Amino acid sequence: MTSQPLAARPGAGILPGASSITDEPSRRKGKRRPVGGRRSTVLTIALIACAAYFLLPLVWLVIASTKSNSDLFSTFGLWFADFHLLENVQDVFTFQSGIYASWLRNTILYAVVSGVGAAALATAAGYAFAKLYFPGGNALFAIVLGAIMVPLTALAVPTYLLFSKVGLTDTPWAIILPSLVSPFGVYLMRVYAAGAIPDSLLEAARVDGASEARIFFSVVLRLLAPGFVTVLLFALVATWNNYFLPLIMLNSPEYFPLTVGLAQWQATSAAGSGSQALFSMVITGSLVSIIPLVVAFLFLQRYWQSGLATGGVKH
Amino acid sequence: MATAATVPPSADPAARSRRGTGLKRRQAIAAYCFVAPFFLVFLSMLVMPLFYSGFLSFFREQLVGGTVFTGVGNYVRALQDEVFLGGVLRMVRFLVIQVPIMLGLALVFALALDSGRLRLHRFIRLSIFVPYAVPGVIAALMWGYLYGPDFGPFGQGARAIGLPTPQFLSSEWMLGSIMNIVTWSFVGYNMIILYAALRSMPTELYEAARVDGAGEFRVAWSIKIPAIKPALLLTTIFSVIGTFQLFNEPNLLRILAPNVIGVGYTPNLYAYNLAFINQEINYAAAIAFLLGFVIMIVSYVVQLGALRRERRS
Repeated sequence: MTSQPLAARPGAGILPGASSITDEPSRRKGKRRPVGGRRSTVLTIALIACAAYFLLPLVWLVIASTKSNSDLFSTFGLWFADFHLLENVQDVFTFQSGIYASWLRNTILYAVVSGVGAAALATAAGYAFAKLYFPGGNALFAIVLGAIMVPLTALAVPTYLLFSKVGLTDTPWAIILPSLVSPFGVYLMRVYAAGAIPDSLLEAARVDGASEARIFFSVVLRLLAPGFVTVLLFALVATWNNYFLPLIMLNSPEYFPLTVGLAQWQATSAAGSGSQALFSMVITGSLVSIIPLVVAFLFLQRYWQSGLATGGVKH
Repeated sequence: MATAATVPPSADPAARSRRGTGLKRRQAIAAYCFVAPFFLVFLSMLVMPLFYSGFLSFFREQLVGGTVFTGVGNYVRALQDEVFLGGVLRMVRFLVIQVPIMLGLALVFALALDSGRLRLHRFIRLSIFVPYAVPGVIAALMWGYLYGPDFGPFGQGARAIGLPTPQFLSSEWMLGSIMNIVTWSFVGYNMIILYAALRSMPTELYEAARVDGAGEFRVAWSIKIPAIKPALLLTTIFSVIGTFQLFNEPNLLRILAPNVIGVGYTPNLYAYNLAFINQEINYAAAIAFLLGFVIMIVSYVVQLGALRRERRS
């Protein structure tokens, strides 16, 4: 198998939280430039054209959110008209007595709580699977791996029925509890822990008489921190973007996350009937809703990159 | 495995083995404690709903007489249900057209980034990846406006030069329009997985080939692509799972084109409408289960195909 040498090299993308951050730029400059030295203008132009396709809808969104509702219809979409952004933002945050702010708060709450929870559960389990011997461990891990294939939307209906029996529907728990399960997170943490924690360190701690709990909390957690952040980021994005689950679980608009709330505004505005002014609000609301994640992604690049490297290299 | 080495050297073999089993047992207990919280949530939020769904799918609700056991009745009905089969076929069409385009683009971009021949490397990488940070709902909303005949720039542009307004939301174009949204959202995500796999390849693997005079295309085709097969397989399987679960985009575009996107446009949309609009919970459970089964089969076929190709080469 061609992949074998990669998987066998612990430094290759598996240890990256620490290494690839520093590795990335130095490798590109130090090793690659001399070889592939010539920069290609043709290739650069071709890829910039492709990048334009990916940026275009976002550019449109930024421009459209600076327009008044009537200018949306009467001016060309990809150029500015009268600057109306501040009024639009104000409309977004005051419409229906400021419910957008609640949606934003809910989204942050659901995403952060389930992200931290999922990452914590995955870290403890992934570490145990990677570094501790226990009967049945391999079988349990195989079950977790199999669960990655389970289409999560297929679970939404039965979960809804079970939750309605215990009165959990239409509460924040209905979103948070199902989002705590991240089989892929456990898989990532297992791969990560296998590379990041030297056996000799654990042995030394055991010889010193430290308990397994103490080893975990004082030695292991620190080493797994980059992996923890990666899983946190993925779980956070998954919950932030989730639409199906809250759509099913929630009835009260005050519990909605942004996705469900904005979709509802969109349905109202598309239905027309005197509420035309909603278009500019849906557009501005969409822009405001993606800013936090886009900023988080730009600043936390190294974490998602190393995480995807871990998952992709060692399959 | 590792535990054998944890025992410090001791003169007395009996004491050593006693100490070894004690350590082993303590370690096993600790391990169970570490995995317990995850499995508690795993069992209650994943395994239990899964089994409950399977259980429900064997019953039928009647107007008179309440819920009765029907065995595989719901499954037989689903396999003859044209709406369900139509949705599955549509997703198969989606799969064979959109997934190769998306993964092909992701691979080309990843190779271009990895070749080191690009200027503005960082800007290009981020531009392609940034749609991943946009929730599917927002992406569908945005593209819905862009496609729209009223103030979408494509319609405006076409009218300005005297062409008919393109009907992106008509029944002929709709599937392609959804493919475009999904491609836009996920090319960057797949590109990063492939790019990360390329970066973690030892450069010695192809530096020798370059010294021998192999061009960039030759190196990409004969060395780089074979080396990142595991990552390609991973992205393919994730794409298969994602495709069959398509829901957000059609559900949002349905607001704009209710006559084009019916209740069963995708299997997932169908299950949702059955459960929450028609109140046919049991049938919806059977549909969801069948869908999961289809996904497992297709992922399995993909893996098998990859294995066979590997063995042949």
